[in-house]
Amino acid sequence: MKSEEVVSIKDIWVHYDGIPILEGVSLSVVSGDFLGIIGPNGGGKTTLLKVILGLLSPSRGKVYVLGQPPGKSRHHIGYVPQHNVFDRDFPINVRDTVLMGCNGTAGLIRRYCRVDKERAEEAMKTVGMLSYQNNQIGKLSGGEQQRVFIARALVSRPKLLLLDEPTASVDPAMQTDFYELLARLKQEMTIIMVSHDISAVSIYVDKIACLNRQLFYHGSKEIEPEILEATYKCPVQMIAHGTIPHRVLKEH
Amino acid sequence: MEVLQYEFMQNALIAGLLAAIACGIVGTYVVVKRIIFISGGIAHASFGGIGLGYLIGISPVIGALVFSLASALGMGYVTRRTRLPEDTAIGILWATGMALGIVFIGLAPGYAPDLFSYLFGNILTVPASDLLLMLILDAAIIGIVVALYKEFLALSFDEEYSTVVGVPVEILYLILLCMIALTVVILLRIVGMILIIALLTIPAALARQFTYDLRKIMVLAIIFGAVLTFGGLWISYVLDLASGATIVLLGGVALLISFGINKIRSLWAHKRNAS
Repeated sequence: MKSEEVVSIKDIWVHYDGIPILEGVSLSVVSGDFLGIIGPNGGGKTTLLKVILGLLSPSRGKVYVLGQPPGKSRHHIGYVPQHNVFDRDFPINVRDTVLMGCNGTAGLIRRYCRVDKERAEEAMKTVGMLSYQNNQIGKLSGGEQQRVFIARALVSRPKLLLLDEPTASVDPAMQTDFYELLARLKQEMTIIMVSHDISAVSIYVDKIACLNRQLFYHGSKEIEPEILEATYKCPVQMIAHGTIPHRVLKEH
Repeated sequence: MEVLQYEFMQNALIAGLLAAIACGIVGTYVVVKRIIFISGGIAHASFGGIGLGYLIGISPVIGALVFSLASALGMGYVTRRTRLPEDTAIGILWATGMALGIVFIGLAPGYAPDLFSYLFGNILTVPASDLLLMLILDAAIIGIVVALYKEFLALSFDEEYSTVVGVPVEILYLILLCMIALTVVILLRIVGMILIIALLTIPAALARQFTYDLRKIMVLAIIFGAVLTFGGLWISYVLDLASGATIVLLGGVALLISFGINKIRSLWAHKRNAS
């Protein structure tokens, strides 16, 4: 994969009711990157993803996704939304949920074609959910549901995968599996993942940025405690669960 | 059974079946997408059209069709495009539509005949011309749902994601609300404007207890809707009660019984697991 710039954000400002959510954020993500963005709730993480998706336009600044204005390149983006926004009782099975990822390309009124169905099957296989394809989505565990939503994002063969708080509902014991899945996907696409949970950003992430209205970007994986404190506006003690491979940060 | 030979009874049965089709299909979306309140708003705002019908001397059913479509589009627009909270907007349009109806009827010369049948329904007085209209509206609903099945499924399940993949969510939502408006007109003669909300919810709520497949829920809801309408009609005939209200009460009882059975079954399963 040659390294083209997948996301280019230059000095964007986003306001909501006159209150700034993002202040002068700049970010460059090249193909093959796995970027983790951490920051407190309300720090603008989801807003930033929505800007990349073209659902929100910044009041100032420039955004390009795969060289095009956001929104134009949406069909190259796979999006895994924050988990808590669906009705567990909704009458839909895994297969139909995954097929929904084809809706953008399948066209209105037309039925899903053979290619759509094959891609859905392949995506379910990739995330290891093929044998659950006829199960109702609400009957699965949080981690399994998350896999289904990743499969839905993969159906359109995206170049960029956006994950919003993907580990929030995943059992800690399952998180290693989950990151191994992302590590495999990383071979084929660029990934941006946001999380408020610092421990969730594991060794699989290549680059880390801290976001709390302003973005503190790090090319490397090291997070300095000062940056973390500037992001969270309070002293932060780093905690990681034993089941997750973690790194010990050097003393300053 | 000789009562079935009367034309009014045959019409009533056809009307019940046509109503069951509409409320089974559209009611399923209303229940799974949880848009019951906005459906109630569309139903009640249609009273303005009934009043207008009396005032300018056209069929109140046509007036209700125009008004319910207009209120569906209006509510869809106001709840999506303005910053008014959704329930506030619905409440205002709900009451405004009804107030218009009352004023129109007051202005209309003379007495408003069969006003009660529009408010509370009377399945026994459905004229053949209304049956034809119901048939056309049913056909429209079926056509729309067959064409846009996958879109409505995505819209109901996850609107934000559908927007992201480029599905025209707002237009689809307006089409869904318009289908509710058509259903309101179909059900108007059966249970009346005030009780429409019951037939939009009860059959689908019953059906979704049995399956997680949206298509099967629709088919089951149509069957339940027909059984409730025919059963309620029969009870009302035997006991000489108001037909619309009897249909709704029968539905309420059916829901209570099914919840009771579910409760007993889950307790039973719990007990078996425990021992």
